[in-house]
Amino acid sequence: MRRRDALPGLGLALGVTWLWLGLIVLVPLAALAIRPWELGLAGVWASVTEPRVLASLRLSFGAALVAALVDLPLGLLVAWVVVRYRFPGRRVLDAAIDLPFALPTAVAGLALTALYAPNGWLGAPLAALGVKVAFTPLGVAVALAFVGLPFIVRMVEPVLRDLGPEAEEAAATLGATRWQAWRLVVLPALGPALVAGVGLAFARAVGEYGSVIFIAGNRPMESEIAPLLIVARLEQYDYAGAAALGLALLLLSFALLLVFGAMQRRLRRGLP
Amino acid sequence: MTIVVSELRRRFGGVAALDGVELSVRSGEFVALLGASGSGKTTLLRALAGLEFPDAGRILIDGRDMASVPARARGIGFVFQNYALFRHMTVAGNIGFGLRIRPWRSRPSRAEIARRVEELLELVRLPGLGGRYPDQLSGGQRQRVALARALAIEPRVLLLDEPFGALDATVRRELRLWLRGLHDRLGLTSLFVTHDQDEALELADRVAVMRDGRVVQCDTPEALLARPADAGVAGFLGDAARLGCEVRGGMAWFAALPPVPAEGVAEGQAVAFLRPVDLLAEPGEGEARVAASRQDGRGVRLTVAVGESLLEAVPAPGWQPRRGEACRVRVLAARVFPA
Repeated sequence: MRRRDALPGLGLALGVTWLWLGLIVLVPLAALAIRPWELGLAGVWASVTEPRVLASLRLSFGAALVAALVDLPLGLLVAWVVVRYRFPGRRVLDAAIDLPFALPTAVAGLALTALYAPNGWLGAPLAALGVKVAFTPLGVAVALAFVGLPFIVRMVEPVLRDLGPEAEEAAATLGATRWQAWRLVVLPALGPALVAGVGLAFARAVGEYGSVIFIAGNRPMESEIAPLLIVARLEQYDYAGAAALGLALLLLSFALLLVFGAMQRRLRRGLP
Repeated sequence: MTIVVSELRRRFGGVAALDGVELSVRSGEFVALLGASGSGKTTLLRALAGLEFPDAGRILIDGRDMASVPARARGIGFVFQNYALFRHMTVAGNIGFGLRIRPWRSRPSRAEIARRVEELLELVRLPGLGGRYPDQLSGGQRQRVALARALAIEPRVLLLDEPFGALDATVRRELRLWLRGLHDRLGLTSLFVTHDQDEALELADRVAVMRDGRVVQCDTPEALLARPADAGVAGFLGDAARLGCEVRGGMAWFAALPPVPAEGVAEGQAVAFLRPVDLLAEPGEGEARVAASRQDGRGVRLTVAVGESLLEAVPAPGWQPRRGEACRVRVLAARVFPA
């Protein structure tokens, strides 16, 4: 006899899940994984260890990580303001948070470039201070921080709403200062959501193309991101080389997402 | 620890949550704040804890003005309605929190904190559960963890917001008596908010009845039931029925019930409040009729039809009333207020 379950439908749901995941995600990824090997093992290795490729991978991952970490306190602050305070324009701010999602990334890239170019509104005063943003790795990080922010805000927001002010108030009645309440009560409760947000912002940033290529300037060895190199190889009909680089990007991202996942599980103890 | 509240006011938007609260609590007292929702009882409790800032008025605890004392420096234990436990900490972590965060000079050693936590777990009858997380506990257990956490800082004043609100009837009764015992044993001065009059009357030394942001009456349960300050309090307590009457010559005259003494009440139209225990139904021809009879934990209760009204009454001893049987109703006591 089959065992009965209070939540029936596991077989069907899992079947559909695997089919869907297979068609939409795994098959294309498998194609990507198979493609480069026509170069042979040595060829693939040579293709992804070219100095220009390594520099681009370093920039892509480095800038994505920096951008996600910069977004962390910023996103927390924005989520805090939106959840805890009532002020005129709150709804507008709430809607504006998602704009980086809605905007075509190329438009965002053009806008950021115009803003940070040496003659732009922000670029000019920064240039006067000796800080160059557009066409440097710093510009790449700025663009990636722009697209990553909503991920952190939207991950933290529901958890913060759920936490409510009572936990902080309880800490206060027990003698905690504001800082202690934050550090010992609020931050640990938000920890998993913060790490998940950073993971998402990071993953998005690694693959980001449209908003970065304009502001990056794309100088080889300096401000050239890995996705751009892939496009460059495709344009030269080097499909296997492009796939090799794509595979490298995929594996590195996957490894880092596993690390984020592990951190999240560690921080989740006791939390639902 | 005495608590004196005078002229306390707090408005939210256009609504006055506290509208001139006067209250004084003696050291060692167990006082209930009783009122309908929106009467300001939780706001008052939060103001005492320093979680709400009054617009006007004073709070003195042990003679000291609390206006400039932040919540963390008041040393008041507060148990939240939803417990507000720290979910990412174990039970032991929650209970020890108030000790761990002290500045290092006054912080007990790690071993001392662990010992205190064990003691408190023993006190709230949850020994051995220190390693659990709040989500792994039942409602009653969480409530006791919240209490232990509040007691860890050795407060002399304990404030509880609807402490039994989320618990089922059996657990609720048991915890009530236990909490009362704990209060007496630890020599605390406690205030608790409730909307349940049975709870307030059973547990508290004195009950402060709140309405529209004010304490309408603060008295012992006996005095409250015997001498309610106004018609509102009388109607709120003891499941009293409200009946129109007329006062003439120191007596209240009803349409279909025998008159009762109503000394000191102005002549003219009035309302009387009659609790079930104030009305004794006796067999015999009379103006009343038994409409229903039911048995509850406190004995037999009758619903009698008198004229046009239905009143709850107690049957005379030894009488087995049947539905529809005629009877007489004697009024043993009534609280009468000018209409």
